[in-house]
Amino acid sequence: MGFSRRDTLALGAGAIALTALPLRVGAAGEDAIAAFTGGADVSEGGITLDAPEIAENGNTVPVGVSADGASAVMLLALGNPNPDVAVFNFGELAGSQTASTRIRLAGTQDVVAIAKMADGSFASATKNVKVTIGGCGG
Amino acid sequence: MASGVKPRVKAPKTASAGEVVTIKTLISHKMESGQRRDSDGNLIPRSIINRFTCDFNGTNALDVEMHGAISTNPYFEFDVTIPESGDLQFTWYDDDGSVYEDVKSVKV
Amino acid sequence: MNFKMLSVVSAVALAMPTLGAAGPDDDTLIINEEIEVVTKAEPAEHLDGALYEVISGWHFRNDDTQAIEMDDFDNPGMLGVENAMATWNTAEGSAGKSCADCHGDAAESMKGVKATYPKYDEKAGTVMTVQMKVNECRTERMGAEAWKYDAGPAIDMEAMIGSQSRGMQMNVAIDGPAKPFWEKGKEIYYTRYGQLELSCASCHEQNYGNMIRADHLSQGQTNGFPTYRLKNAKLNGAHSRFKGCIRDTRAETFSPGSDEFIALELYVASRGNGLGVETPSVRN
Ligand code: HEC
Ligand code: HEC
Repeated sequence: MGFSRRDTLALGAGAIALTALPLRVGAAGEDAIAAFTGGADVSEGGITLDAPEIAENGNTVPVGVSADGASAVMLLALGNPNPDVAVFNFGELAGSQTASTRIRLAGTQDVVAIAKMADGSFASATKNVKVTIGGCGG
Repeated sequence: MASGVKPRVKAPKTASAGEVVTIKTLISHKMESGQRRDSDGNLIPRSIINRFTCDFNGTNALDVEMHGAISTNPYFEFDVTIPESGDLQFTWYDDDGSVYEDVKSVKV
Repeated sequence: MNFKMLSVVSAVALAMPTLGAAGPDDDTLIINEEIEVVTKAEPAEHLDGALYEVISGWHFRNDDTQAIEMDDFDNPGMLGVENAMATWNTAEGSAGKSCADCHGDAAESMKGVKATYPKYDEKAGTVMTVQMKVNECRTERMGAEAWKYDAGPAIDMEAMIGSQSRGMQMNVAIDGPAKPFWEKGKEIYYTRYGQLELSCASCHEQNYGNMIRADHLSQGQTNGFPTYRLKNAKLNGAHSRFKGCIRDTRAETFSPGSDEFIALELYVASRGNGLGVETPSVRN
């Protein structure tokens, strides 16, 4: 990746140039959610999703999910060509319904976590993560 | 693809009965997502670890379904309840059929 | 007031948080809750006031990236270190020797090496990097093939050797026979390259603390090399980083392992004298 003259002129301006993509839950995202929830209603709250507001590189973005009493949590990256990221199934000996990992994000987008609660209900949390365009190619 | 894949696990050696302990795992793996193209513009076929499990003495604690959006060198951090002395078993399943395993003993 | 002084003054002013540019942060780097690393130091005398403080690239990264470097388990760069540890103990080449056969425990024999490299070598009559020294052992003492510069096995080994110096302060020698090499490196550092007419100093001396696109510019220090980059999820050598930086100015670049990059590595390392070794560091 090279710089243009405009980039270098912007040096010193302290400006963060972020490209925000419009959010759309694409068909693939909807399919993945439907497969997980069986079409049931999903409410907000009851689950926390930890992700940085700004990720320094889309290749390795730390994320964490936590949903007390959940049997499973699905993690989706709605702006990725394939929105599926992971499904965490918590077993009998899970010490908490918490897990963290590192994921790939193809650009600025919404990350969604959906928890399947023990009573069969579903809860979700969404976080917008801005993915910055790096400077130095080395 | 399965060459050079090495699991690493960080788990305590001792715990009190019923204690919740935090586990970290990291395994060296490219996680080729199936979305990238080579220099000729052809899609590079997917080759990832698609599942990770952690059991204690045969009872499951965590079972993760993994997709191509998990980063290179997959990393997980999670909690396990240790009811008694025994073995934590960790298993990673590769697209190519390989299975990678690690075991850590915990004394109560 | 000459031009150089003027540009130093403006760089200092731009780095002030009050002007909206995010300067380096004030966090403290302690690895594994054990190894304290000096990440801000008094500038070496030879810098002649060009930097008012020498600052590790770690301070310019966000908290998430910083945290990955603070624990060996979280740091995927340690996978390379572990690979090299296995290589260290494996016999290779016609002499049937391993590194360990001659050097014993790397934690003892390689401690402090990274802090003083690149270094002038009497026998070779030139400045040598750690990778060159390793290849000297491979070809002359083991009867094994040289590793390609900055390629996987060479970088893993450099990272393993470097990690034995973690927390020690960089202290490369620039006087005596090293001087002409250092001068050459300095000249390259201040030469404006490419269509954009940018030198290393344009970015890393005059504009550190500022944003270029969305990247937070550091001083371009090498105390953490080889570096695990989130971008390509592997360990990267200093020469490969230099190459990328020059390529970004749309200039023809030198190759990893070239005389130019060896001289430049010595010069850049000397700008970081006083900083603690972080190898393998984690950057974006
Ligand atoms: C047959 C013995 C032998 C083997 C095998 C050997 N070395 Fe060496 N190595 C030496 C000697 C002797 C020196 C000092 C030579 C000098 O400085 O001119 C040295 C110097 C070095 C240095 C420079 C250390 C310093 O303090 O400046 C490094 C780094 C090094 N070796 C790494 C390695 C690695 C890595 C391997 C395995 C791939 C290896 N060596 C295998 C004998 C050996
Ligand atoms: C157009 C601006 C620009 C130029 C010119 C430039 N770099 Fe960089 N360099 C960057 C950016 C952006 C980064 C990544 C963010 C950072 O650490 O500063 C970087 C990173 C680095 C790093 C890694 C720092 C670390 O902590 O890991 C080194 C070393 C480096 N550059 C050296 C050089 C050298 C030597 C030159 C001259 C040959 C040079 N750069 C020229 C923009 C530039």
